[in-house]
Amino acid sequence: MANRSLEQEGSKVTQESLAGKAIATRDAYGAALYSLGMKDDRIVVLDADLSCSTKTIKFAKAFPERFFNVGISEQDMVCTAGGFALAGLIPFASTFAVFETGRAWEQVRQTIAYSSLNVKLAATHAGITVGEDGASHQALEDIALMRVIPGMTILVPSDGYETEQFVTLAAEYDGPVYIRLGRAKAEPVMPSDYRAEIGKGYLFEKGSEVCIIATGMMVSEALRASKMLSERGISAGVLNLSTIKPLDQESINQGVQGCRLVVTVEEHSVIGGLGGAVAEFLSEHYPIKVIRIGTKDTFGCSGSPSELLRNFRLTAEDISTTVIDRLG
Amino acid sequence: MTPFKQTRDTAFLRERAKEVRIEILKMLNLAGSGHTGGSLSAADIVTALYYCKMRHNPFNPDWQERDRFILSKGHAAPLLYVVLALTGYFDMAVLSTLRKIGSPLQGHPSSKLLKGVEVSTGSLGQGLSIANGLAMGLRIKGLSSRVYCLLGDGEIQEGQVWEAAMTASHYRTANLCAIVDNNGLQIDGRCAEVMKVDPIAEKWAAFGWNTLEIDGHNMDEILSAFDRAEQINDKPTVIVAKTTKGKGSSIFEDKVQYHGVAPTRDELEFALKELQGNG
Repeated sequence: MANRSLEQEGSKVTQESLAGKAIATRDAYGAALYSLGMKDDRIVVLDADLSCSTKTIKFAKAFPERFFNVGISEQDMVCTAGGFALAGLIPFASTFAVFETGRAWEQVRQTIAYSSLNVKLAATHAGITVGEDGASHQALEDIALMRVIPGMTILVPSDGYETEQFVTLAAEYDGPVYIRLGRAKAEPVMPSDYRAEIGKGYLFEKGSEVCIIATGMMVSEALRASKMLSERGISAGVLNLSTIKPLDQESINQGVQGCRLVVTVEEHSVIGGLGGAVAEFLSEHYPIKVIRIGTKDTFGCSGSPSELLRNFRLTAEDISTTVIDRLG
Repeated sequence: MTPFKQTRDTAFLRERAKEVRIEILKMLNLAGSGHTGGSLSAADIVTALYYCKMRHNPFNPDWQERDRFILSKGHAAPLLYVVLALTGYFDMAVLSTLRKIGSPLQGHPSSKLLKGVEVSTGSLGQGLSIANGLAMGLRIKGLSSRVYCLLGDGEIQEGQVWEAAMTASHYRTANLCAIVDNNGLQIDGRCAEVMKVDPIAEKWAAFGWNTLEIDGHNMDEILSAFDRAEQINDKPTVIVAKTTKGKGSSIFEDKVQYHGVAPTRDELEFALKELQGNG
């Protein structure tokens, strides 16, 4: 199929960059998907009755012939997406993270990953900041569930600007990709000259004492914590590890070099996610104390996103306190 | 090896199906393990597809315009391997490596290791969703290719099959044809006793499918069902094919214990005599 001759309109959309904008990563996803759809006829989108929440609705309205709502059937959605990939199309399949990675885990493993199908699993409502819907809808295990699958690429964008770049990169990449997106507004953290790359973290600055490694919406908390620590004379660098798999060992090595402490921060269980990945790597290659900040092997609960971040001790203040306590 | 040709000559197709059964039993005996019953029950259906109905080219397995076959009941891998080898996708000698370390012939089909296998299967219940997505994708691309998907009757106990049945019906995927290998047995016993699946055709009809019921060992009925499926242009078709598990030799026929057990040397010799004697 020839690409649409809508390149101009597509680039117009791209020009309205999300750099510096406070926007939920799911909204950035919806916008990026739309501009991708303008440029590339091979993009098809699937959803399981959540298109208004996952923001695939924008694509659905613009390209109804390439949008497939499968109803409330996530397992079918994932494998149907696999079928589209077999036909040479580039499917994005979206639902909430807890269903995409949990309900359909074995479909992702068997059909998508084992056959290396070119499917993009773009899941929203990841992490504790889902808020009021509570534990049933807060995926705190999704990174772990995807990380254990061979050949899976895992992207966790920190803000809208990084999200729009990752969505495009994921479409260009040949193979299964899991994109973890949030419901709540994300503070902009990435500089306007940032060029995202799959498998490449971003070191904001190198700390001489502490390296805070964060992912997703926790990057902005980590940056605030770094500032708070610096005011107390503690040098804490921040690494945005927005690709969890493959792990950017080079950036981690660079970030932790000479430090006394590594702190990982994620809106996810401390088991098996960013903290797990970093601890596994460092214990084998650069033994250093790693403190994992995340949910402590527990389910979430209802509340506003900011209340929940405080409740589960995921704020900049909590990061800063942890660092001060541990440095002694 | 008989040279590959496509034909509607049912006598020829019956001969090919017999040859397929013989090769399945030989390779399973060599492997020492594998799924005998469900490979034999669907042998006539898959023979009809590859030797008659499907547009495909063993020498160009990635040919875009080809029809696709998805083996949702992946444990019938020996059947698929034999048909692929006999039609020329790979050398017959490879069949002796079934289930051995390093072999492209995995216990359940792997598309990464073997050309001609469209997608890896083996975990039941996923193939129909894949087939439907593929059929809709081919339609978007403007290709007239058809997608065939073989399911077991025990397999339709998986809930995802009915999710896919709903989706295919909703999107009117007319280039999709599912076949249920209705041999009435599953690992733990008769489907009727383990988990009742009947009435099968009525279930699919209620989901909005064009539904055909045939004798899955009668070559004329098989071909005519595929023909009729092609003529429907507003809904997917399911062919509920009544079969006998282990079809071909009295040792295995309708015997639940041969679901996942390979024939011994003695059983093989006896079965080959029965198959060869049964013109």
